[in-house]
Amino acid sequence: MRVNKKSLLAAGAVAVVATLGLAGCAGGDSGEGDNGASAGGTLTVWVDAERVDALKGAAEAYTEETGVEVDLVGKDNATIKDDFIQQVPTGEGPDITMGAHDWLGELSTNGVVAPLELGDSAADYLPVAIDAATYEGTVYMLPYAVENIAVLRNADLVAEAATSFDDMIAKGEAAGLDQPFVVEQGAEGNPYHLYPFQTAFGAPVFGSGAEGYDPTDLQLGNEGGMEFANWLAGQGKNGTGVFNTDIDGDIAKQSFLDGTAAFWLTGPWNVGSAIDAGLNVAIDTVPSPTGDAASPFAGVKGFFVSSESENKVAANDFLVNYIGTEDVQLELFEAGNILPALSAAAESASSDPIIEGFAAVGQEAVPMPAIPAMGSVWQYWGIAEASIINGEDPTATWEKLAADVQAAIDAK
Amino acid sequence: MSTTIDEDVATGSATPPTKRQKRAARIADAASGGIRSILVKLLLLGIVDAIAVYAILVLALSQDWLVLAIVAGVTVLVNWIYFSRRTLPAKYLTPGVIFLVLFQVFVLVYTGYIAFTNYGTGHNGSKEQAVSSLMAASLERVPDSPTYRVTVVDQLGTLGLLVTDPNGDASLGTTEQPLQPVDPSEVDGGKAVAVDGWTTLQFSDVIARTNEITELAVPFSDDPNDGAIRTPDGSSGYLYTSNLEYDEAAGTMTDLSTGTVYSDIGTGAFTAEDGSEILPGWQITVGFDNFVRAVTDTRLAGPLVYVTLWTFAFALISVATTFFLGLFLAIVFNDMRMKGRRYYRVAMIIPYAIPSFLSALVWAGMMNESFGFINQVIFGGASIPWLTDPWMAKLSVIIVNLWLGFPYMFLICTGALQSIPDDVNEASSIDGASAWQTFRHIKLPLLLVSVAPLLIASFAFNFNNFNVIYMLTNGGPRDTGAPIPVGFTDILISMVYKVAFTGQNRDYGLAAAYSIIIFIVVAVISIIAFRRTKSLEEIN
Repeated sequence: MRVNKKSLLAAGAVAVVATLGLAGCAGGDSGEGDNGASAGGTLTVWVDAERVDALKGAAEAYTEETGVEVDLVGKDNATIKDDFIQQVPTGEGPDITMGAHDWLGELSTNGVVAPLELGDSAADYLPVAIDAATYEGTVYMLPYAVENIAVLRNADLVAEAATSFDDMIAKGEAAGLDQPFVVEQGAEGNPYHLYPFQTAFGAPVFGSGAEGYDPTDLQLGNEGGMEFANWLAGQGKNGTGVFNTDIDGDIAKQSFLDGTAAFWLTGPWNVGSAIDAGLNVAIDTVPSPTGDAASPFAGVKGFFVSSESENKVAANDFLVNYIGTEDVQLELFEAGNILPALSAAAESASSDPIIEGFAAVGQEAVPMPAIPAMGSVWQYWGIAEASIINGEDPTATWEKLAADVQAAIDAK
Repeated sequence: MSTTIDEDVATGSATPPTKRQKRAARIADAASGGIRSILVKLLLLGIVDAIAVYAILVLALSQDWLVLAIVAGVTVLVNWIYFSRRTLPAKYLTPGVIFLVLFQVFVLVYTGYIAFTNYGTGHNGSKEQAVSSLMAASLERVPDSPTYRVTVVDQLGTLGLLVTDPNGDASLGTTEQPLQPVDPSEVDGGKAVAVDGWTTLQFSDVIARTNEITELAVPFSDDPNDGAIRTPDGSSGYLYTSNLEYDEAAGTMTDLSTGTVYSDIGTGAFTAEDGSEILPGWQITVGFDNFVRAVTDTRLAGPLVYVTLWTFAFALISVATTFFLGLFLAIVFNDMRMKGRRYYRVAMIIPYAIPSFLSALVWAGMMNESFGFINQVIFGGASIPWLTDPWMAKLSVIIVNLWLGFPYMFLICTGALQSIPDDVNEASSIDGASAWQTFRHIKLPLLLVSVAPLLIASFAFNFNNFNVIYMLTNGGPRDTGAPIPVGFTDILISMVYKVAFTGQNRDYGLAAAYSIIIFIVVAVISIIAFRRTKSLEEIN
């Protein structure tokens, strides 16, 4: 009798397990069914989480037109590059990812990115965007935004734009401010934000040729670089104190928002908080410490196609013919407030004076080098600038910087 | 479950059960609500099995046969264990063992495996992937060549391109057959869209045959130097030349513009005779290379000594300071004469309850030299270089780690103190021992018996306390004299992070090798320490 009861239970167990198992099967089947329903397959696109909504329209339009499903996956901006590099070779990666042009060296060295043919539409983009999307002579990225830093001016404190660096400080002091100009640094420096001043002295990082930046031609330590180092020392701890490595991003922001600084060298990502704080913000070009233009780095954002994508044709088509249209570029602009890379869209967006201001600075901007050698530069650059600001001997420090960078490049 | 246990107990006796015993067992079954527990067991196992079946389906679709076999095997094993009546210990051990294997053993083994490969930037995928990526990147559009409008056509499974040049002339070719002029049977808006004998592919067909079309390159003429037409999107074609040639039989890559021959010499990348490599390469196993590099890297020679010393100092001082502060507070709050002890105790736990990432960042802000709370408010505007002076930064790291770590020691010391019986106190005071003597010779040794293993664990934890260093100082201030970006508060693990992941370089192989070396160091120290604490136990 007891045996019977047990076997009954066992039968019941089998039934329960089987039912649940079948439920599992059914779930799996329906999932597959969804994929099978779309004739043209699915494009998986990794997108910065804040821009998923901006792309929904383009994705739906593309599905309607071609029958290819577009699956937009929101990703954290900080991990998207490493995830892409790690997952593409396993076949688990997306077909398309959003990214920035300075990833190109790394993506290409790892062989995870496929060339992209823009065809005749290449002429429709801002030249700096196409330069940035090109690596070793081949275009790899569909650009959608160009980002560069500029000087935010509190127009209530200082009514007119500064004509030069000294003029800026003078105008700010005339307005009764102790620290009229702020720029984010930090214990390890921040060469990205100091680069406009460096270029004003005629010291780019690398010389450039027909195929872009030339890693064998390090210009960092040239004569202009030395002049820049000496100027930087004069504006540091033992000089005027304009630059201070204790001022990090948050402190710079706070002093501009509090009105204790009238000029803030920063990017479009900080304009929103300044306007929200009720400030009357104007965008100026970077005041040059010399007569020459102070060119910031331009960062270009765009989309890459995975080299292991099974849907390269659809991916190319979607990027070039849908993301590369004015409407989509303007949607993306609305989501991030960064100047669109497509000339026509850039023009429409420039009706906003803030964007127009950044675009004007962007005319002078140079693409940030994407070559792997740049990694060796970042490693030493900021710390050298920080120690110059903090009173180390500028000439010796700058010479050591150039030597260290050259040695690191040669070692690779 | 309880049913089964009862049965096992009942049937586990040496002699075979008599009828009466069986009946007794049945009554016990009914009394313990056996049906309900069996149902719960079935439901839980059912959920597990459903998930496993789903996983097997997904794995079968992606053709991961090895993983599929493992999942199926484990599922069968789990079912057998829980339905069998003879596997009582296994019922308790199985869940733990599965999670141990999944989250510990697998990670360890995988790290070990990576340490023997060259996985990292430039050696990211398979050789096949590297070759196809190199070939794709080597295509260069012929300067000033026009955009050709193309239609993809098919003849008995062979794909061809129907090309309309800017003058409106049509021609047709396949991968084998260079372009030949043809008369299109249908022209739409100046673009040839069909030709007799060939089927025109619609867009959905083009998408479905993406891989073939990506491979399709139609030679422009009989001369291969003229290049070939390819279409990236199925509707426009461009003329490309390639500057790399891959010879699969010889395994060599030839740069057509310079004539340099790169061959596969077993280093995971195509290498020329002068040693220059073209990247991407591919992933290979490299034996002990990573370990050899880890210990012979000349850039590390200088920094390694002081970083190792500081790592030991940091770990030891951290354990000592947190333990003694925690112990002191535990004794104070254990004193019956103290009022409101409960509230103080809760307050003491707060640093432990805040995530250490967050508190380290907050401390970094408070320790800013010119704007931080500590200098501005507590020291009235002094400029103490908390984080920027090599020695002060070391002190700051220890202070912050003390703040983060003492609540843990406080908790375990409180527990251990409360478990020491009061008679010990009484006995020693009757014997005339002072409070200090009681503590030093009676309480502390008793305390150490239970706390010493935790101190060793705490040492191992602090030896690799990446979070605090990374969040508070990021290893800084930088040692500008060192050839690698190492700083004065870097401990071994944060230095390894900087060496293996500098700039755009990700050297996972080297990083894995270093972590194994560090693991061995920590393991050896812990084993020795555990051996010595055994002597403490003899006190009892």
